Amino acid sequence: MRRTTENEAKPDLAALLVAVGERRDLEAFEVLFRYFAPRVRAFMARQAGDSHSAEELMQETMIAVWNKADRFDPAKGAASTWIFTIARNLRIDAFRRDKRPEFDPNDPAFVPDDVAPADEMFEAQEVSVQLHQAMATLPEEQVALLRLAFFEDNSHSAIAARLNMPLGTVKSRLRLAFSKLRAALDRKGETS
Amino acid sequence: MTIRHHLSDDLLVSYAAGSLAEGWSLAVATHLALCPACRQRLAFAEGIGGELLESSDAAAPGTDASWEAVRRRIAKSSPTPPSAAPAAPAARRAGGLPEPLRSYLGRDVETLRWRSLGRGASQIRIPTADNETQVRLLRIPAGKPVPEHGHGGRELTLVLSGSFADGNDLFARGDIEDADASLTHQPVATPGEDCICLAVTDAPLRFRSWILRAIQPLLGI
Repeated sequence: MRRTTENEAKPDLAALLVAVGERRDLEAFEVLFRYFAPRVRAFMARQAGDSHSAEELMQETMIAVWNKADRFDPAKGAASTWIFTIARNLRIDAFRRDKRPEFDPNDPAFVPDDVAPADEMFEAQEVSVQLHQAMATLPEEQVALLRLAFFEDNSHSAIAARLNMPLGTVKSRLRLAFSKLRAALDRKGETS
Repeated sequence: MTIRHHLSDDLLVSYAAGSLAEGWSLAVATHLALCPACRQRLAFAEGIGGELLESSDAAAPGTDASWEAVRRRIAKSSPTPPSAAPAAPAARRAGGLPEPLRSYLGRDVETLRWRSLGRGASQIRIPTADNETQVRLLRIPAGKPVPEHGHGGRELTLVLSGSFADGNDLFARGDIEDADASLTHQPVATPGEDCICLAVTDAPLRFRSWILRAIQPLLGI
């Protein structure tokens, strides 16, 4: 497992995704593709077991990214988060019998956000930079646990069995990792 | 309406990761429809997923061939029309059953077909495709205790109308109670209005599979 190093030239993913959404920019899409394809394939491979299905699911994910890019809103979050949710949903469709129900913002009974912050755009991108920094300060063991929870599509009880750990310990360590990340962001938020 | 009882971190993380079974997810998603604060926490949890995706090992060969394949596939497909502008939300209607729950029931709260549980309480079972949970909508008469419904494991209770008290805690619309087997509790519907809530529990089967999971390392499977 390798962490992305800070000096690795990282393309401006959100800007590329916006270019694809607004102009069907194939060059921008190729840069996105070369960045995300191996990562999404690795995400799919944990479940697929064979590299052929992982490759197919990765291609489906990236084609969905191409087709739906105009729905990406950089004010709502990072490009990688948006692509993660597409990959996650395709993985559920491919490997699970049951569904993952979702709320519908157009539903009359939906309770909308109370405020729309004026500098939402700045905020979403700022949060993603801060989250990236906060992840780098987490102990490797907690990152590994988060990775199991997000990448292996394991229920927390399956992770507990696999690590030979009580379920309560898995939950409390995940909770700890989650609250550390949130605390790191809240601290930054207060100083800005 | 201020929600005071929110989703636990572990539910949020499993829902964000896509590993939470359908029954639990139904309660989580219905709470999210009512709770902007938890939606913000969900966005944060999904951000962790995005970060993990970015930081995963990218040194895999074969990207050139994959790119050629995908480039051909998107060139062949007809240009997709721009995504339809989201329909203007229908007039806000406070108090109804939110999605995704309403679609699971196929109707809103006024026309539900209740089955009596005795003592004035009634329920509607909600089928899901997971074999891990039991999901039901419960209606508890005003002022009455929730009927005995033993749960050996976890129980999520999401209030949709009315309210109930459990000890010193009051649960109203949108509030979710997350009880495990160790908690002995006696929720009582608040007088004045029947309490309708979504209750999700571990299916009995789960215990067996839990034991199976517990001995998995010994069996080496």
